Amino acid sequence: MRHLIDPLDFSEAEIEKLLDVAEDIAQNLKAYSHVCDGKKLATLFYEPSTRTRLSFESAMLSLGGSVLGFATADSSSAAKGESVADTIRTVSCYADICAMRHPKEGAPLRASRYSRIPVINAGDGGHQHPTQTLADLMTIRSKKKRLGNLTIGLCGDLKFGRTVHSLIKSLARYEGIQFVLISPEELQVPDYIIKEVIKGNDIPYEEVGSLEEVISSLDILYMTRVQKERFFNEEDYIRLKDSYILTANKMRRAKPDMAVLHPLPRVNEISIEVDEDPRAAYFEQVQNGVYVRMALIMMLLEVTPC
Amino acid sequence: MLNIDSLERGIVIDHIKAGYAMKIYYLLKLDQLDCCVAVIKNARSSKYGKKDIIKIEDMVDLDLEVLGFIDPNITIDIIDNGKIVEKKQLVLPQKLTNVIKCKNPRCITSIEEEIDHVFKLSDQNDHRYRCVYCEQEYQG
Repeated sequence: MRHLIDPLDFSEAEIEKLLDVAEDIAQNLKAYSHVCDGKKLATLFYEPSTRTRLSFESAMLSLGGSVLGFATADSSSAAKGESVADTIRTVSCYADICAMRHPKEGAPLRASRYSRIPVINAGDGGHQHPTQTLADLMTIRSKKKRLGNLTIGLCGDLKFGRTVHSLIKSLARYEGIQFVLISPEELQVPDYIIKEVIKGNDIPYEEVGSLEEVISSLDILYMTRVQKERFFNEEDYIRLKDSYILTANKMRRAKPDMAVLHPLPRVNEISIEVDEDPRAAYFEQVQNGVYVRMALIMMLLEVTPC
Repeated sequence: MLNIDSLERGIVIDHIKAGYAMKIYYLLKLDQLDCCVAVIKNARSSKYGKKDIIKIEDMVDLDLEVLGFIDPNITIDIIDNGKIVEKKQLVLPQKLTNVIKCKNPRCITSIEEEIDHVFKLSDQNDHRYRCVYCEQEYQG
């Protein structure tokens, strides 16, 4: 039995295969509409989420399966003090696979050690978000036709942005990657990712404070939101929330084939005017998220189209 | 120099960095032993200037993982019939279970009941350990 807890749980070859299946799903959705008939997905969301939970539910329903679960910790036994270990042992009796979102880092790993069904990490605190990474990789591959030889700019909250951590870890495995890390000093990429992932793999990188100065060099610009829920102190959040805003004016400096990605939701870090720019890929990314989650559920349940 | 009787049978934990003997004493739960245990602090050392030594007058199972984490340069001599019959080499352990605790308030270990605190060695040269759950580095 396999789980997806960390973005590196799958090899590059497995990711390639998964993205191939996801692309085939995008082209032939109907062929997959009954592959999970009779199967159940449990969505265990201890933290509010709109798109990730709906994306998982949409994915399972599109495969012919059904869904059950909870959308906040208040509506689960966690409110009564139940441990993650006990919750997953119980849910293993009700469902065939589960997706877990939890504010505490490492909760899905803890769950996977007690589970009798595959566990998917749907985001754990400020740590990892591997299924968003699959959607990111699918979008990058679709836009650039490759996952290597790219200059990737990551902008905004790089400290608490779990999608950023997962994406860096995943892309670090490909040849010819360069990272440009654009953030205020307080929200820089955690030290362990710089030391062990970026420097550890001899990947060229720079940490800068200005988006304007570097935007022209980027193949991919990955924007992120400064997340209010990750701050213990509201004053810090208010001070940093408007650090970077991507506007049509800034986009004029970018390459004509640069792609703008964002894990969404956005607040104001991408001006609405940018939505009309053909380089804006974030809504395609949302659609890809459903296809890759379908491919992932199939892979973990070991089912194939008839 | 203070004279402590030599052991006939037992274990000598030697070359402990001066000042660390009591930490090791409690981490190894030597306070729970019934046998004679001698803690020697600030003994003269040609190598370190000063060192601590612990002598245990019995053959007990020692958690070498804990000792390796504290200082892989510590030496362990097994004594029988008044002679050293074995010298144990310590290595920096790849994994630590319930030796140190994760202090990250965002980590699952901060709320989950009966969870093991597990750390993995992430940098051999700098002796850096990371929590397997949240990947935060242990800061002693």
